[in-house]
Amino acid sequence: MSKYMLIMRGSEEGYEKFEEMDFTEVIAAMGRYNEEMVNAGVLVAGEGLSDASEGAVVDFSSETPVVTDGPYGEVKELFNGFWIVDVASKEEAVEWAKKAPLSGPGNKIEIRRVNGVEDFPQDNEWIQKETAWRKELGTE
Amino acid sequence: MAQGARDRVTGDDAGRRTVEAVWRIESARIVGALARYTHDFALAEDVAQEALAEALVAWPRDGVPRNPAGWLLATGRRRAIDAFRRHTALDERYAAFAHDLDEGEATSGAQGGAPASGNQIPDPERIDDDVLALMFVACHPVLSREARVALTLRVVGGLTTEELARAFLVPVPTMQARITRAKKTLAAARVPFEVPEPGDRAERLGSVLTVLYVIFTEGSTATAGDSWMRADLAREAIRLTRVLMRLAPEPEVYGLLALLELTAARFPARTGPDGAPVLLADQDRRRWDRGAIRRGRAALARAVAQGRGLGAYGLQAAIAECHAVAPSVDETDWERIVVLYEALGRLAPSPVVELNRAVAVSMAQGPEAGLVAVERLAGGALDGSYLLPSVRGELLARLGRTAEARGELLRAAELCGNGAERAVLEGKAAGLV
Repeated sequence: MSKYMLIMRGSEEGYEKFEEMDFTEVIAAMGRYNEEMVNAGVLVAGEGLSDASEGAVVDFSSETPVVTDGPYGEVKELFNGFWIVDVASKEEAVEWAKKAPLSGPGNKIEIRRVNGVEDFPQDNEWIQKETAWRKELGTE
Repeated sequence: MAQGARDRVTGDDAGRRTVEAVWRIESARIVGALARYTHDFALAEDVAQEALAEALVAWPRDGVPRNPAGWLLATGRRRAIDAFRRHTALDERYAAFAHDLDEGEATSGAQGGAPASGNQIPDPERIDDDVLALMFVACHPVLSREARVALTLRVVGGLTTEELARAFLVPVPTMQARITRAKKTLAAARVPFEVPEPGDRAERLGSVLTVLYVIFTEGSTATAGDSWMRADLAREAIRLTRVLMRLAPEPEVYGLLALLELTAARFPARTGPDGAPVLLADQDRRRWDRGAIRRGRAALARAVAQGRGLGAYGLQAAIAECHAVAPSVDETDWERIVVLYEALGRLAPSPVVELNRAVAVSMAQGPEAGLVAVERLAGGALDGSYLLPSVRGELLARLGRTAEARGELLRAAELCGNGAERAVLEGKAAGLV
């Protein structure tokens, strides 16, 4: 079993279309989807992100980092939220992603395996420190 | 030519993995819904497997359907109708089945507003009942323990026969035969497809919990394997316990979930770099899985909050929690562990629990007190087991009675059946000065 992050990504266009939908319906559809994953015992974590226009971007392209407000002009896709599922295979993560109540142009889910401690050399002092931090912070 | 053939094989393999993934997600609901339609668990499982086999041919060829669960359910229902038509002698059952089919279609039609195509998954509460009934039937007491384990993983967990065979290190035909036999046993005993009546429920739920626990322990004695490793069985047991928790949120279900999460939390630290087992006392606690500990403690808190007292799993979880929250062996609340073992011993008396209590006593009050508790177990069920001399040896060593300690540890090594553990005991005996 491995953990996979299902990353919700969308275009500006798809996002706008999403906003036209009935909010209670959107919540209900997402709720049913989340509940299905909880009932199947696979959902480990998940968060949704607020509007990108409320955020900021730090760009490291030039020597001094450049900060801009809101969605960055060149970004074609917005990162809107994520789920983490604990499943037997990448294919299973993909099948869960396919069940998400999303539609519209440019809306996507990217599936990425979450690295575990086992993916790093255990004798590295920073990896050992990280394990200790995780303990302090109570994160996985 | 050769290139083309290889591509096709690769494509089929990807297709097969997709079908297996869908099956893992949907099988419990599909088998559950089919069992409800047909009133026949064995038939439902057979036709579900036929639908799976058809998907393995059709999907890599035609692509995965838009609604894979609906496709599998519709195919399973068609095969069930075929089966009933073949057995026209069973008129009565066919009539009952046909009636239910009409009723089911009327329901799905009314709710979905769509034509009754027969491939709608029923409404969520009904699915929940079906999946719960499936768990109870797969863990029915008329079945042998290994049959319950295999059937649960197959129908609730959605593992294929090949995956099961790999996980339990038996040939595929052996696993196939085990499942066929289990289905025949259920049919012969006329086990109904239903959630048990309140009078039987507690006992039957106990059987489900035992099966989940057994799957977990099968997995926790892990050896490396291929895609379905035995360690994955432990994860699968946790997943299935989470499923059960949603369907039957009772204290012992939370208790078992807590025990499994808290035990699995130690998995990353339980073997050394050379693969040798590392005892609890020597484990690098920084490697324990904090997420699993958090989930386990949350489940235990839910069990406690129900205010009906902890059961045997809940008590073991509470003991595991004492270890999980302690920074080291010395800083562990051993007094509390002693009390918890005493409660566990009253609820589920066992010499192993008594021995564990004795070890906890030695940690809480010193080796002398522990030795007294161990001596009380002499002449009981643990005589002839390596456990008793191994603990006695440890305690004598801590008391500085080296010669006696060495004798006990060597006797324990002699009695121990497991090579790796024997080596640990012999090492300890040799290390005494």
